Amino acid sequence: SVTGACQAIQKLTRVRVVDNSALGNTPYHRPPKCIHVYNKNGVGKVGDTILLAIKGEKKKALIVGHKMPGPAMTPRFDSNNVVLIEDNGNPIGTRIKTPIPYILRRREGQFSKVLAIARNFV
Amino acid sequence: SYRISSDGKPAKFQPPPKPVIIDKQKQKEERRFLSPEFIPPRGRTDPLKFYMERKDMIQRRKVFNIPEFYVGHILAVTTANPYASEKASRFVGICIQRGGKGLGATFVLRNVIEDQGVEICYELYNPQIQAIEVLKLEKRLDDNLMYLRDALPEYSTFDVNMKPVSRLDHEEVPVNKLQVRMKPKPWSKRWERPKFNIKGIKFELPEKKMKEAQKWSQPWLEFDMLREYDTSKIEEKIWKEVSEELKK
Repeated sequence: SVTGACQAIQKLTRVRVVDNSALGNTPYHRPPKCIHVYNKNGVGKVGDTILLAIKGEKKKALIVGHKMPGPAMTPRFDSNNVVLIEDNGNPIGTRIKTPIPYILRRREGQFSKVLAIARNFV
Repeated sequence: SYRISSDGKPAKFQPPPKPVIIDKQKQKEERRFLSPEFIPPRGRTDPLKFYMERKDMIQRRKVFNIPEFYVGHILAVTTANPYASEKASRFVGICIQRGGKGLGATFVLRNVIEDQGVEICYELYNPQIQAIEVLKLEKRLDDNLMYLRDALPEYSTFDVNMKPVSRLDHEEVPVNKLQVRMKPKPWSKRWERPKFNIKGIKFELPEKKMKEAQKWSQPWLEFDMLREYDTSKIEEKIWKEVSEELKK
């Protein structure tokens, strides 16, 4: 095939919204899917922003964990987790129960508000 | 003087029973555990490379205690993390796999936190690791517990604040013969196939499927002489070397 093997989050991956926002938690007949990755290569890892299609709307989101194994000493989650975000980086929800990797703290400036609402760190 | 038995005849002298001396030091010596990453893999590499790696591994072990553990033990690992509060982060989980040889030896810990399964692959000889504690000693029926990803989450949840279960310090490590119940298929791997040789799952599949899975069995593999790798002599040599160095 023309495209190489892709891992982590790319276009059309179904994703699990992890915060307590209304948009992420109300049931819909289609799961939220990624439609664009804001990256040079189309592969999204932890800390990348993506565009999601939820309930017929487009919303930006931040990847907080994926099923693909990363570098050693970093956690690997059993589902592709995502936190809904506005264009300026403010999270839409108010609480994140699921554990978030410590690596996100490196970009404290960009994601300070998301890290502030996170409860558990891994 | 001679004793008289109840019959009235003199009883034959019976010497007192010999005392059984339990030498605890000797018992400890008999129990040997050589960590699997010391055994070099089969190949044509120069043994000097493995010797140098072993020297570095022993150096690290002198400074930092790596306890004896198998797949199925529940461990708590504290790592140095600049982004964590108090600069140290602690993770508790069950060891599902031990891989790698030499200094790159790794082990994967799994736990389910807040309904989210998390797995972390730690490197044994990474200097970021500050402490490894064995919370519960328990071998399982298999060497590789990757099927826990497809099992019900209750089998992978372990309390983060659990207290270490007291060790008996006897010879045997207890084997937990737990048969795990799985989520409905599809699974990440077809665990019922004989290639994985898993004994720790309670397969609730119909017999037809189990028989179909046996089609992929390769019964000639265990008799294949070219695949044999006898590590007993290598283990003896390395055990002597390692134990001498660690005693210094």
